[in-house]
Amino acid sequence: MANVTLTINGVKVTVQKGTTVLDAAAEAGFFIPTFCHAPELTGFGACRICVVEIQGMRNLPASCVTEATEGMVVQTESPAVVEARKTILELILANHPQDCLTCEKNGDCRLQDYAFRYGVKGPGFEGQRHSYAIEDSNPYIIRDLNKCILCGRCVRTCAQVKERAVVDYAYRGFNTKIAAPMDVPLGESDCVYCGRCVAVCPVGALTYKRLSGQGRVWELEKKPVTCTFCDSGCQFDLISKGQKVIGVAARAPGPGRPLCLKGRLGLELMYCDQPGTPQLKKDGEFVGVTWPEALGLQGVLEKLKKIEG
Amino acid sequence: MTNPIKDVAGADFILAIGTNTTESHPIIGLQVKKAVRGGSTLVVADPRKTEVAELAHTHLQIKSGSDIALLNGLAGVIISEGLYNKEFVKERTEDFEVFRAAVEKYTPEYVEELTGIPADKLREVARGYAGAENATILYTMGITQHICGTHNVFAVANLAMLCGHIGKPYSGVNPLRGQNNVQGACDMGALPAVLTGYQGVGLDDVRAKFASAWGLESLPAKPGLTVGEMLEGASRGQIKGMYIMGENPVLSDPDAGHVIHALEKLDFLVVQDIFLSETAQLADVVLPAASFAEKDGTFSNTERRVQRVRKAIEPVGEARPDWRIICDVATAMGYPMSYESPAEIMREIASLTPSYAGISYPRLEQGGIQWPCPTADHPGTPVLHVGKFSRGLGKFSPVEYVPPAELPDQQYPLVLSTGRRHFHYHTGTMTMRTGALEVHYGTEYLEINASDAAKMGLAEGDRVRVSSRRGSVELSARITDVVPEGLVFTSFHFPEVAINKLTNPARDGISKIPELKVCAVKVEKTA
Amino acid sequence: MAEVTLTINGRQVTVPQGSTVLEAAKKLDIFIPTLCYDPELTIDGSCRMCVVEIKGARALMISCATAATGGMVVETESPAVVEARKTILELLLANHPMDCLTCARSGDCRLQDYAYRYGVKEGGFKGAVHQYQIEDDNPFIVRDMNKCILCGKCVRACAQIQGKSVVDYSYRGFNTKVAPAMDTTLAGSDCVFCGNCVAVCPVGALQEKGLRAKARTWEVEKVRTTCPYCGTGCNFDLNVKDGKVVGVTSCDGDVNGRALCVKGRFGYGFIHHPDRLKKPLIKKDGRFVEASWEQAINLVAEKLGAIKSGFGPEALAVLSSARCTNEENYLFSKFTRAVLGTNNIDHCARL
Ligand code: SF4
Ligand code: SF4
Ligand code: SF4
Ligand code: SF4
Ligand code: SF4
Ligand code: SF4
Ligand code: FES
Repeated sequence: MANVTLTINGVKVTVQKGTTVLDAAAEAGFFIPTFCHAPELTGFGACRICVVEIQGMRNLPASCVTEATEGMVVQTESPAVVEARKTILELILANHPQDCLTCEKNGDCRLQDYAFRYGVKGPGFEGQRHSYAIEDSNPYIIRDLNKCILCGRCVRTCAQVKERAVVDYAYRGFNTKIAAPMDVPLGESDCVYCGRCVAVCPVGALTYKRLSGQGRVWELEKKPVTCTFCDSGCQFDLISKGQKVIGVAARAPGPGRPLCLKGRLGLELMYCDQPGTPQLKKDGEFVGVTWPEALGLQGVLEKLKKIEG
Repeated sequence: MTNPIKDVAGADFILAIGTNTTESHPIIGLQVKKAVRGGSTLVVADPRKTEVAELAHTHLQIKSGSDIALLNGLAGVIISEGLYNKEFVKERTEDFEVFRAAVEKYTPEYVEELTGIPADKLREVARGYAGAENATILYTMGITQHICGTHNVFAVANLAMLCGHIGKPYSGVNPLRGQNNVQGACDMGALPAVLTGYQGVGLDDVRAKFASAWGLESLPAKPGLTVGEMLEGASRGQIKGMYIMGENPVLSDPDAGHVIHALEKLDFLVVQDIFLSETAQLADVVLPAASFAEKDGTFSNTERRVQRVRKAIEPVGEARPDWRIICDVATAMGYPMSYESPAEIMREIASLTPSYAGISYPRLEQGGIQWPCPTADHPGTPVLHVGKFSRGLGKFSPVEYVPPAELPDQQYPLVLSTGRRHFHYHTGTMTMRTGALEVHYGTEYLEINASDAAKMGLAEGDRVRVSSRRGSVELSARITDVVPEGLVFTSFHFPEVAINKLTNPARDGISKIPELKVCAVKVEKTA
Repeated sequence: MAEVTLTINGRQVTVPQGSTVLEAAKKLDIFIPTLCYDPELTIDGSCRMCVVEIKGARALMISCATAATGGMVVETESPAVVEARKTILELLLANHPMDCLTCARSGDCRLQDYAYRYGVKEGGFKGAVHQYQIEDDNPFIVRDMNKCILCGKCVRACAQIQGKSVVDYSYRGFNTKVAPAMDTTLAGSDCVFCGNCVAVCPVGALQEKGLRAKARTWEVEKVRTTCPYCGTGCNFDLNVKDGKVVGVTSCDGDVNGRALCVKGRFGYGFIHHPDRLKKPLIKKDGRFVEASWEQAINLVAEKLGAIKSGFGPEALAVLSSARCTNEENYLFSKFTRAVLGTNNIDHCARL
C-alpha cells in the first residue's frame, strides 16, 4: 500500500495512505486529546478537542477525521491549538457540575485529565446549566446526564449491535441529550444493561451502580478476563480493591463482541467475593432472582434434578 | 558515628564542635532541636555564630583551629576536679596516666589564651559534660579539615573515654559525614591503604584472601597515594594517567590552580560523571554515568546504616550506571568482569568483608542495617564499643595543640573559613541544576564582621575581591555578626566563587585531609 | 504495663493503659477518619472528624483524645457518628473551593476521601467563601489557603518536627488563617522550605510546586530510595511519571521518618537537567566530540593499558566517589587493585 510522509511537531513520520493525522501523531509519539473519537468506532469529529494546526489550512481541523497527506506540516500543541482546546474545555465546564469530589470517575476522566493538562480550572463564563435528575431506576447503570459531554460514543457503541441501538441523540441545541426512545429511563427501554456504553463513556455520565460507592479508581485494580458463557469471547475487567474482587466491568467492545448482562453476572458469581443479588425485569419491574434464573440455567437444573431424582 | 542518629535526641548533654548541624545536616539538626526542647543542654563550639549556635545554651566562639586546646582544656578540668568516670577509665582504657600528664598544662587560663574562651566558661562546660548521665559529641569538617584533623579526632575520643560517654546509648563520638556515601566509599576500600572493611593492604592474609577471590596470584602490598599525593605526583610527572569517577577535585580540593595544573600535565585523564564538571572539562575521555535515580545499589550513611538505592527510571540518553562502565573497562583491559546486578556485587562484598558479611539485598528490603553485621541473622550494631572497644582497651592518645599552618599577618590580615549552605551541596553540580534550589539561593556572598567592614569602608552588598597567597575570587559582601572580627566565611558550592583557589593545601599528616577551614586572606573592595 | 480491654463494634481488644480509643480501633484494623490527628504530633482534637459513640457517654467523643478504659463499649460507625461526620464535612465543604477537577491533591486528599466515604457531595449551607490569593512566590511550595481546613498539622509539624514555628494561626473566627508572622509569605519568613508541613497537610492547601504541576496523584509510581545529598541517609519516594522523576514525597524512613530537608525534597531537578551527559565524549584537538561506547571504552582501555605497560602500575591513579554506591566503590577498588595493579585509589572528600 502507498505511504505518505508528513512532519508532526518537526518530526518526520511515514504512515500508510488513509491514516488520520491523529493516528500518525500517535505513531510519532505525540499525544492528542480526544473525547468523541474511539478507535473501534467510525470517525465522528464532533467534540473538536483533537484539533491541530496544519500549514496552509485556514481553520484548525479535527485530527481524528483529517487524512494525513504527503508533505503535510502539523503542529499538535501550537498556541492556537492550545487556545482552542482551552475554550472547548471552558465551554464544556460551563455546563458541568463541579462534582469530582465524589464522582465515581474522578481519577479516570478525560474531561478532568484535559482540564489539568491545559490548566483550565473551571468555566471561563457561567453558562446555563442542566439540572437533569440522576437516573438510577435500573439496578445496573447510573446515568447522570448533567455530566454528559455529548460525545456520542455511547450512541455509536450501542448501535454496533443491531438489535440494540437503544440510545440516541434527542432534542436540539442546549437541550440536546442522549436518550432512549421517547426519553424514557433506561429501565423502561429495551436496554439490556450490557455496559458497552459505560465502557466507552469518557466522563462520569455513565457508571456502574453495583460499583457505586465501592471505591475510587486509584484504589481499584483491573484484571482482564474472558467470558466463557458463550463463544463470543467477550472481554471484561475484574475490579478489585485490596484483596477483594468487588465487581465486573465490560471492556471497550469491538464490533463482533456483543457483551451481555448474563456474561457479566456470571463472572460476578464466579469471581466476586460477595456477589450481589442479580436482578431481572419481570412485568416491567426489577426483582431479585436466584442465580440459576439470572444465568438462564433454571431449565437445565430442573432437568438435572429430574435425571438424578 | 558510634551511635545512631536517633540517639542524639536522647542525650542529656550535646557538645557540637565545628558542626553547623541545622544547616549542613538538617535532619540530624532536628534531633538536636528535639533534645533541646526536651531540656537537654547544648554547647556549640564554633568560631561562627551559626544557626545551631543560636540555639545553644553556651556558644564557645573559639578561635579557628584551636579545637585541641579546647578539648584538652575540658579534659584537664575534668581530671583536676576529679569528675572523670574512674570505673570506666580503669576497666576499659589504657594509657590514662600519659594522657593526664599531657593535658595538665592546658589549664583554663592557658586555654583562654589559645581559644579566647573565658576560663570559667570552660570549667562550666567541662562540669556539664562530665556530670551528664548521657553526653554525646557531634563534629564535622570543622574538626577534620585542619592540619591537625586527626589529632582533633583523637582529642574528641579522649574526652569521651575519660567520662565513659561511649559504648552506651545516647552518647558517643559522632562524626557527621558531609556526603551521602563517604562512609560507604571508605568501607568499600576506596582508600589507598585498606581494602573493604578497613582490612589493611599490608596484611599478607588479607591480600591472599582478596587475590584468590579475584582470581589473581597476588595483589600490590605497598599502600597507594592519597588524593593530594596523586596530584603532587601528577604535577611532577610521575603519575601519567588518572581515572576519576564522580568527583570534582578542581572545585572541591584546595588550591584549585594547582589541581588544574596537575590534571593538565597528565598523559591521559578519564572522567566519569553525570555532568561535564570543571574536572571533566580537562579530561581526554568523558563517560556519561547514570544518576542515583537510574540505578540500583546501596549507600552507607553516617551512622553506618547500609540502605538501598533503587532504580526509578532508565538512564537518560546513553548514560550507564558506574558499575557497568567499570565492568566494561575492566573487561576491555583483559580482566573479564560481569555481574547480573548490584545485588550480586553485594554478595561478593559480603563474602570478603566481615563487617558486611550478614548484609544482603533480600534483608535490606526490610530496612537498613547498621554494620558491623557479621552474620545473616545478626540484627546489626546501632551502638559501637558496648562493653569492649574493637581493639580491646580504649587507648588514650594524647595530642598537643598546634596553630593552623597559615596565620593572618600584615599582608593577609583575615582568616578565611569555608563550609556549607543549607540550600546547596558540595560543588554545586547537582544543586545548581534543580530548577528550584538555585532559584531560591542563587548567588554566594562573603560573610564579614561589621568592624572589619568598617575598616575597609564596605557596605552591604559591595563587590569584594578576596585573595590569599594562592588565588583570588570576587563576590558580594554580607555584613553580619555571624562571624567575629578577623574571620570571613563563604561556601564552596558555587563554581563562579571557586573558593578553593584560595584555600591552603597543607594537609593533616595522618588523614591527609586538607586544612580547608583556615587560611589567611585579604579583602579589597572592587569598583 | 497495665492493660485494658474494651469492645469496639462488637469486637474485644486489649491495649496498654493510656492508649486512645483511636489507637485501640487501629489495632482491630477498624478505620476511623481523622483530619487533625497525626501520630508524630501532639494531639489537637479540633477537627472532631474522629468522633465515636461510647456507651454511657452523653455526647460523641473524639477518639484521638479519649483514653480507652476497661469495659468501654464503642461504636465507630453508628448512625449518630455518621450523621456527625457528615455535618462536619458539610461545614468544611461550605467554605471549600470545589476544585478537585484540577487540584493536584485530588486522589490523595482526606477531605475528598471522607466526602466520598460518607456521600457528602457538597457543603450543606453555602456560607461566605474565602478569597485568598494563592501564594507561589517561592520555587518550592504553593499555599492555597482557600483549601485549608485549619487542622493545624502544619503549625505543629513546623514547631515539633522542624523546630521552626514559621507558621501559626492568625486572626479570629471566620478569618482564622494559618500564616507566617505578620501574615507575610513563606518567602518573606524564616521558612527553610523543608516541606515537612506539606508532607502532613491532609488536603490541597499545601503542595509541592514542581510535583503538583506535573502529575496527578494516580499517575505516579513511587520508588523508595535514599537521598543522594548529605550523609544522613534520609529515605524518600521518587515519584515517577512516564519514565521521568517528577517529584519527591515522604515515606516512613528509618532515619528521618517523614522529615526531609529542602535538598532531599526539592533538589531532584538535576536528574533531567539538559546539561546531563548523554553520550561518551572524546577530546580531539582540544574539543569534545561524541563517540560510541565501544570507541570510548576501547580508548580508555588502550591508554590505561599503555601507561601501565610503559611506566608501571604506579603511574596510574584513581579517584573513587563518595557519591557513588557501595557496589561501585567496591568494583572501582577491585578494578584499581586487580586490573591496574596499584593501590593508588582514594576519594576526594573524606569529610
Ligand atoms: S453519556 Fe458519556 S458516552 Fe454518552 S454521549 Fe454522554 S459523555 Fe459521551
Ligand atoms: S465526570 Fe469527570 S469532570 Fe465531571 S465530575 Fe466526574 S470526574 Fe469530574
Ligand atoms: S483539597 Fe481535596 S477536596 Fe479540596 S479541591 Fe483539592 S482534592 Fe478536592
Ligand atoms: S517548609 Fe518547613 S520551615 Fe517552612 S513552614 Fe513548612 S515546616 Fe515550617
Ligand atoms: S495548611 Fe493544611 S496542614 Fe495547615 S492547617 Fe491548613 S489544612 Fe491543615
Ligand atoms: S534529605 Fe537533607 S538531611 Fe536528609 S539526607 Fe538528604 S540532604 Fe541530608
Ligand atoms: S482527628 Fe480527632 S479531633 Fe481531629
